[in-house]
Amino acid sequence: MSLLIADRLTVLRGDRVLLRDFDLCLAAGELLHLRGANGVGKTSLLETLAGLRRAGGGAVRQTPDDAPPHWLGHRNGLNLQLSAIENLRFWCGINGAPASAIDAALARMKLPPRARLRSCRLLSAGQKRRTALARLLLQRRSVWLLDEPLDGLDIDGLGLFAELVEEHLQGGGAVLMTSHQMLPAPLVAREWLL
Amino acid sequence: MNWTWFHRLASPPSFFRFAQRLAPWLGGLGLLLLVACWFGGLVLAPADYQQKDAFRIIYVHVPAAAVSLTLYVAMAVCGAITLIWRMKLAECVLIAIAPVGASFTALALITGMLWGKPMWGAYWVWDARLTAELVLLFLYLGVVGLNGAFDDARAAARACGLLAIVGAVNVPIVHFSVDWWNSLHQGATILKFGKPNISADMAWPLYCGLLGTYLWCAAAVLRRTQNELLLRERGTRWVRELGTELDGAADVS
Amino acid sequence: MSAFVALFARELKLAARAKTEWLMPPLFFVIVVTLFGFGVRPNDPQLAAFAPAILWVGALLAALLSLERLYRSDQEDGTLEQLLVSDTSLTFAVFVKSLAHWLLSGLPLVLLAAPLASMLGLPSAQFAPLVLGLALGTPCLSFIGGFVAALTVGLPRGGALLPVLVLPLIVPVVIFGAGAVRAAGQGLDAGAPLYFLAAILMFTLTVLPWLAAAALRNAFE
Repeated sequence: MSLLIADRLTVLRGDRVLLRDFDLCLAAGELLHLRGANGVGKTSLLETLAGLRRAGGGAVRQTPDDAPPHWLGHRNGLNLQLSAIENLRFWCGINGAPASAIDAALARMKLPPRARLRSCRLLSAGQKRRTALARLLLQRRSVWLLDEPLDGLDIDGLGLFAELVEEHLQGGGAVLMTSHQMLPAPLVAREWLL
Repeated sequence: MNWTWFHRLASPPSFFRFAQRLAPWLGGLGLLLLVACWFGGLVLAPADYQQKDAFRIIYVHVPAAAVSLTLYVAMAVCGAITLIWRMKLAECVLIAIAPVGASFTALALITGMLWGKPMWGAYWVWDARLTAELVLLFLYLGVVGLNGAFDDARAAARACGLLAIVGAVNVPIVHFSVDWWNSLHQGATILKFGKPNISADMAWPLYCGLLGTYLWCAAAVLRRTQNELLLRERGTRWVRELGTELDGAADVS
Repeated sequence: MSAFVALFARELKLAARAKTEWLMPPLFFVIVVTLFGFGVRPNDPQLAAFAPAILWVGALLAALLSLERLYRSDQEDGTLEQLLVSDTSLTFAVFVKSLAHWLLSGLPLVLLAAPLASMLGLPSAQFAPLVLGLALGTPCLSFIGGFVAALTVGLPRGGALLPVLVLPLIVPVVIFGAGAVRAAGQGLDAGAPLYFLAAILMFTLTVLPWLAAAALRNAFE
């Protein structure tokens, strides 16, 4: 079953056309790894698929079409003055998810209990990324659009990421991600070069 | 209704050619009417029995003020079109109108001040209509400033469109302020129900002036829109071809 | 409902972490008003006549101070894009943010108005229209200013442009607000200007959050 379909999509950045008549079909249980040189339009494509950027033409369809995809961009969406727990509590409130799962999610992402209470300004880049990834556990969405999610993650972090993605795919979800690195070992992806 | 002519016109190269042909006619006709207005108003019309010759500034003040309001409404409409349909041409027209509107608003205010001194004894009074017209000038300048602050021309036009729409509330205030509040400024003379308050031999130059100013402004806006189109589309083929067509070996980069 | 609580609590928490930022508007208000007091002859009766204008302009300038930061950090740290893909509408988020801004910046000014007015020698009969007018006008500023902050978020020179763009939109608020106080001073009914202020407030509360959300989406692109 296709979870995300892009139909003759034209991706714009400002006035520049980056991709024209782009077709994509993301099936349930599929991991699509988007690769390409810097500046070719990977981020803009993901932003257009997520609905953040207006497409220049064509359409993006999602089934079921009431649930927006999970989006993780270059920026983590974490306010640096607040702690990891406070940030995630905010996002749970916004998306109507239960706040009780936050501690478990952060434990899963191997963020030490003391680090969870410190303001995010004092966390390392990798720790901030893990907190952002913890958000994926707190809201159930079928499609994950991840733009360079491996940025800043150490070996442990990569392993955790692989676990998360495997679980999500086995649960019937789909992941579309970009990166400049090799995917961590157990993950098998359809590779697409832009 | 068949809208293909509209879609064809709205494409930048077609509009450019259309404006190139139309603007000189509008400008020329407008100038002719303005000359008729100035001649009729300054030479032919009899002196007003109360204000003597000071009233003649009406032939510059009223058209300028009328145009300042109309251009703002046009700008707000273009803003709405930009936001709803993302039409490139509407964006260019919106950006083109702002400086023209600002200039005519300033002209209306300055001529109003020059007229106010002999009429009311003061260059400026803080009554409803003058204040609202001053606010209109700030709104126009705000649009110009906001456009300049953005790097991306399309995002700039959309932001200016939003600002124009919010400020559009001011336009009815300017027009109806003389009815709604006790104002020093005189009431509506032409745009009211019933016979106009002004005598015919003073009125015809005013109508010429109004029409002439509108036409001339239309020509100015068309020219500025052409400029804006060229600026935005400078990398495209039609602009490069235009460059060679107009100027032989011109290098449009 | 949980979204409202989440948004509101976050704004309050952030304000608590940066207390000095939110002390600035009331402090600025007090400074501006006292400067006027220093600037005139001691016990000048003219001061009371100008008091409505001084108080209104001081309040508006003070509330302007914190507007620029309203959306900046959200745009920089990626909160804005997450809000765009979330289940909560951006219009609602803008509404709550502007409301929180008023609570933190505007309400203290309303509370300070009466003491400062007595310092300027304003007759106590005019206190009620002043405070009521400010209570209606400062939310207008938070919402109008929030709209302009959304328009200019992320612009390198946006901070300088913000007061220039807010000014024409806030003029009717100042006119009616100060007009209400003056009307009460002349023994006339202050109701009409206050009703106008309330109408402007209703307009800004309903229409502007939606337009501000459009401006934020525009800023993202």
